[in-house]
Amino acid sequence: MTLFRVSVHIVPRKGLLDPQGKAVTDALHTLGFSAVADVHVGRHLIIETQATDAKAAEASVKEMCSRLLANPVTEDYEIEAVKPV
Amino acid sequence: MKVGVITFPGSNCDEDALFAIVEQLQEDAVLLWHKDHDLQGADVIILPGGFSYGDYLRSGAIARFSPIMQEVVAHAKRGGPVIGICNGFQIACEAGLLPGALLRNNSLQFRSMPVTLRVESTDTVFTNAATKGALLTMPIAHGDGRYTADEDTLDRLEAEGRVVFRYVDSLGEPTAAANPNGAMRNIAGIANESGTVVGMMPHPERALEPLLGSTDGLVLFQSLLSAVRA
Repeated sequence: MTLFRVSVHIVPRKGLLDPQGKAVTDALHTLGFSAVADVHVGRHLIIETQATDAKAAEASVKEMCSRLLANPVTEDYEIEAVKPV
Repeated sequence: MKVGVITFPGSNCDEDALFAIVEQLQEDAVLLWHKDHDLQGADVIILPGGFSYGDYLRSGAIARFSPIMQEVVAHAKRGGPVIGICNGFQIACEAGLLPGALLRNNSLQFRSMPVTLRVESTDTVFTNAATKGALLTMPIAHGDGRYTADEDTLDRLEAEGRVVFRYVDSLGEPTAAANPNGAMRNIAGIANESGTVVGMMPHPERALEPLLGSTDGLVLFQSLLSAVRA
């Protein structure tokens, strides 16, 4: 078994109203960043987990996302990096 | 009737719910700790308001895995009545007892105020003594109350008469201005298929005596009593 560090992004599902993202967009516009088209505020998790290989680590984190870390009704997740620690 | 009120770490309306049952309805009630494995013979479960587990991850997401929730889900599956109020509604959705989810208010503000609700369904254990179309005043106090579900789920809820309460204005119209959190279709409360599980953001247990500004929450508890005794 090897210790892997897995990085996960969880974001509000596209098309759903994202008032936090809109508030940040408005604030950036106020600061003069008028080129900003859209912002989405989500969560970033870094999970350290034992697994036989990177593929198994990713599969395990996928299951964690579907069972707890992301709400299947309102959120999407993306597993970004799986690296041995 | 014996009511079990669940106390999670961070619950803050559990004592209010207990007070409502014991002092105002003169019925038996017991507080059940989140680590308990036994409903102690409760006929009805109240999932109270608050901030269970600090709302970590998402409101209600962690509470759903507590030992007592396994018993509550089993009770609900047997047809036992469950009402989730505020954070309890969020927990009921996370636990899969009710469809959908409660997201951050569209205003991004915590809203603590009285709201007007229209009774949309009397076909539940908690509204059978109410009148369809009646307007009730109750307080809300939440930051994550925007009911959200996909269009198919919303259509099914409407078709099956499972939308229990809607936010409306003083004329009974579900306007955007009367919607305190941006809930889809102004939904304030819903029921499961059998009408035995109800989730709602407003607080009926805080609307039981004139001193608190409204007694409109009483009808939910009267409905419950008549359903349990029937």
